[in-house]
Amino acid sequence: MSQRLRLWLLAVGGAGVAALLVAACLDLPAFGGRRHPYGERAVAASLARHTANTIASLNFDQRAYDTLGEISILFAAVLGCLVLLREARDEHRAQPQPAEVALPVRRYALIALPVALLTGLYVIAHGQLSPGGGFQGGVVAATALHLLYLGADYRALERVRPLGVFDVCDALAVSAYAVLGLAGLLAGTAFLANTLLPYGTFNTLSSGGTVPLLNAAVGMEVASAVVLLLAGFLDQAVEIEEERGS
Amino acid sequence: MHVLPYLVAAYVFLTGCYGLATSRNLIHTVGCLAVCQSSTYVLLLAVGYRDGATAPVFSDLAPGSRPVVDPIVQALTLTDIVVGATVTALLLALVLQIAKRHGTLDPDELRELRG
Amino acid sequence: MHHLLPLLFAVPLLGAALLVATGRRLPRAVAETTGCAVSGATAALALVLLLNSAPPLVEWVGGWRPVDGESVGIVLVGDGPALGMAALDSLLTLSALVYSWRYFDEPPRGHAGSYPALMLVFQGAMCGFALAGDLFNAFVFFELMSVVAYALTGYRIDEPKAVQGALTFGVVNSLGAYAMLMGIGLLYARTGELAMTKIGRGLDDAAGQGGPDALVLAAFVLVMTGLLVKAAAVPFHFWLPDAHAVAPTPVCMLLSGVMVELGAYGVWRVYGTVFAGPGGIPAADLTRALVTLGVLTAAIGAVMCWYQRHIKRLLAYSTVAHTGLFLVGLGVLTPEGDDGIALYLLGHAGVKAALFACTGALLDRFGSVDEQALHGRARGMRAFGVMFAIGGLALAGLPPFGTALGKAITEEAVGGPLTLVYVLASAVTAGAVLRVTARVFLGLGPRPEDAAYETSGSDERPETGRRLSRIPDSMTAVPAVLLAAAFAVGVAPGLAAVVARSVNEAGSGGAHTSVHWTPHGILLGLVSTLLAVGLAALAVTRPRRLATPDWALPLRRLQSGHVGDYVAWLLVGATVLGALTLPGVLGG
Repeated sequence: MSQRLRLWLLAVGGAGVAALLVAACLDLPAFGGRRHPYGERAVAASLARHTANTIASLNFDQRAYDTLGEISILFAAVLGCLVLLREARDEHRAQPQPAEVALPVRRYALIALPVALLTGLYVIAHGQLSPGGGFQGGVVAATALHLLYLGADYRALERVRPLGVFDVCDALAVSAYAVLGLAGLLAGTAFLANTLLPYGTFNTLSSGGTVPLLNAAVGMEVASAVVLLLAGFLDQAVEIEEERGS
Repeated sequence: MHVLPYLVAAYVFLTGCYGLATSRNLIHTVGCLAVCQSSTYVLLLAVGYRDGATAPVFSDLAPGSRPVVDPIVQALTLTDIVVGATVTALLLALVLQIAKRHGTLDPDELRELRG
Repeated sequence: MHHLLPLLFAVPLLGAALLVATGRRLPRAVAETTGCAVSGATAALALVLLLNSAPPLVEWVGGWRPVDGESVGIVLVGDGPALGMAALDSLLTLSALVYSWRYFDEPPRGHAGSYPALMLVFQGAMCGFALAGDLFNAFVFFELMSVVAYALTGYRIDEPKAVQGALTFGVVNSLGAYAMLMGIGLLYARTGELAMTKIGRGLDDAAGQGGPDALVLAAFVLVMTGLLVKAAAVPFHFWLPDAHAVAPTPVCMLLSGVMVELGAYGVWRVYGTVFAGPGGIPAADLTRALVTLGVLTAAIGAVMCWYQRHIKRLLAYSTVAHTGLFLVGLGVLTPEGDDGIALYLLGHAGVKAALFACTGALLDRFGSVDEQALHGRARGMRAFGVMFAIGGLALAGLPPFGTALGKAITEEAVGGPLTLVYVLASAVTAGAVLRVTARVFLGLGPRPEDAAYETSGSDERPETGRRLSRIPDSMTAVPAVLLAAAFAVGVAPGLAAVVARSVNEAGSGGAHTSVHWTPHGILLGLVSTLLAVGLAALAVTRPRRLATPDWALPLRRLQSGHVGDYVAWLLVGATVLGALTLPGVLGG
């Protein structure tokens, strides 16, 4: 199909969709409106179960099943990237070479690493109390490790992240989430029911029943998934080479 | 003003679509897809906003003392972001293999599948 | 019983996690046995739940049962059609895993479990999508299903075509999913709810006496765009031939056999629960939109199917044509139409998966899926030749296959000139399959010449480590069982009535219909079978007469393999969908 025809199609389709979207926007309730029935029910339910952060309550209690689907997407994407970024028939792995790093960079990276790691863990641990949680903290913790790549070299990074261990962590975290769900079922209530543990004192680390546990499982899943995803891409950049002569 | 945030979402979506259709580089294509997705964040968060409201986190806020924004759309947006990040990673992995197998990232030069 | 519904997703997921956790140490045979066992257990669970699905099972995940009609949780709906789709996808996954038993290409070094694990997650995702009663939850599973499908499609990274097809698939389907999410956002803004039934009620309340407005129209178009991309309706269909032609054979069995059909199922479910009320889209407009798109899809799919020489691509276009027929049948909004489509879909899944399985055997034996290069070379593969021919006849609607029963009932429901669409589309696609049988397995007719603008299937790599000299029994048994199942759907006494009852209970408020073979239906089935045989015979004996005519060339040029073109078509499709539904909104 020619470039011209494509632009015509795009103009027609784009104009149609634009008209549709603008017309819909004019019919939407005014920005900042008061009516949010589901939102209000969610806030009440969250407070009833002593979870200070309503979004954590939604993600790990009220709509925990969505989150199971979500971490499965992460899990599947890691698995998919592992398959797609494997060594092809005409490739082999080369030893990464030691690299020179400018001293200020090295110093900064090594100082920032523990701080970033700790921040990540803190954000995971306080998921049900303050903004943040497993998803956000997991990403921070995983990227913290990669400061070692900036501060030292790829071999140093490979030493602190044995991929076999992270593979197992990735699988264990998903299983832990699903098994916590099954526990609800076995206890006679329902899949992913938050009725196993006492709801605790409002606004403390142990409040919210199973919310902190599911949150921790998600933190572990996200951290291992990000490490594995980055490893897949970094391996492609640093280690995997095409065979000579092919 | 009452519809401006929604119109921004529509605009971002269409911009992403324009980029997708006219892109000359597959990495750029994957980026444009992420732009399309960002429009859903804007729309969802705009839908959930309430005048004068704060975040629905009650660790330092007495329940009922202030209106809070709709927590549902925030949870949906979080899910959406994770979905977007993983889809981007997977598509970039495919783009990487396309670059290796076809020796090009220009969609105009991929001529294997047609007819 | 209803508490077990989430397990249809959780069990395969746990199986996949187990395979990944132990994958580095596991020998291949153990990994594949585990995969089959978990898949089989899920299938058994789906069947048990299906047998107990009257009255429909409803599960509030997390025990958030509604209080005063309001809940904050996610609802799963386990009625007949939902559990039927879950059982179908589980059984097909099981047969795909058995088919690829020990044969499939090198797993990534040290990750023997990754292929069965991906298949298990795919199975769970399809079950999750089928059961979703909450619109956002449906989106999550829609995406999960897509993500796994992209990875599986691009599995053979050494193949330039495979990675290109997978990327196209990924970009178009993800864009569709984001359109769907925009639609969900609009619906949430209007109704403040996410459960499908609650949204439907919310739309009715908001409309009052006024009927639908532009917001409802836009939400409808956006949500349907996502689902129709998955269902590969024209003009959202371009990704499908590109992806199906390159995906590994067992994956094709799932993509064509059930994933695309889940898109059509989603259209039926979402329209029925969200948009069918007075505040939604009027029935006449939905019929106009779906029947128009469906007829176009069937016509273009059939024509393009006829002109393919790449056998997997040919089968992919036949899937496009058949989803067109499904959309027409669902679009007329009659209980009989729904029943017919449910049976048609079951029969089609078995037949199409069997045909792909036979094509996979050709690929692994000869390293080619090109009709012209394989001319007469597969004479020795008698069993596969017979199965391919039976598959072709079943696709045409030869009684008493399930496809024929479903098609006959639907033809009666749609009536009039639309019957012709069914007869012609099934005859042309089946004719193409029979033509392949005659040329490849029997070596009939002269070798045809190359055309200018097409994808040949000759330089393909077998999916096994090396070319097979003997096809393993598991690869022969699977298509045979699948064809037998498609046959059983047509002849099993009482099955049609049970399917009809559960579909009507879920979709048409328990309307009573009688579904059975009629002389009229049998006659039409025989007519399309004869037509298919005649077309195949003509193509084999007089190839020149049926070579690509000039008018079909522009149609072939539209399938350019360029992802930008496909995105432009997606926008055009959304516009067309909006234009077709507009009259009802203006009138209201």
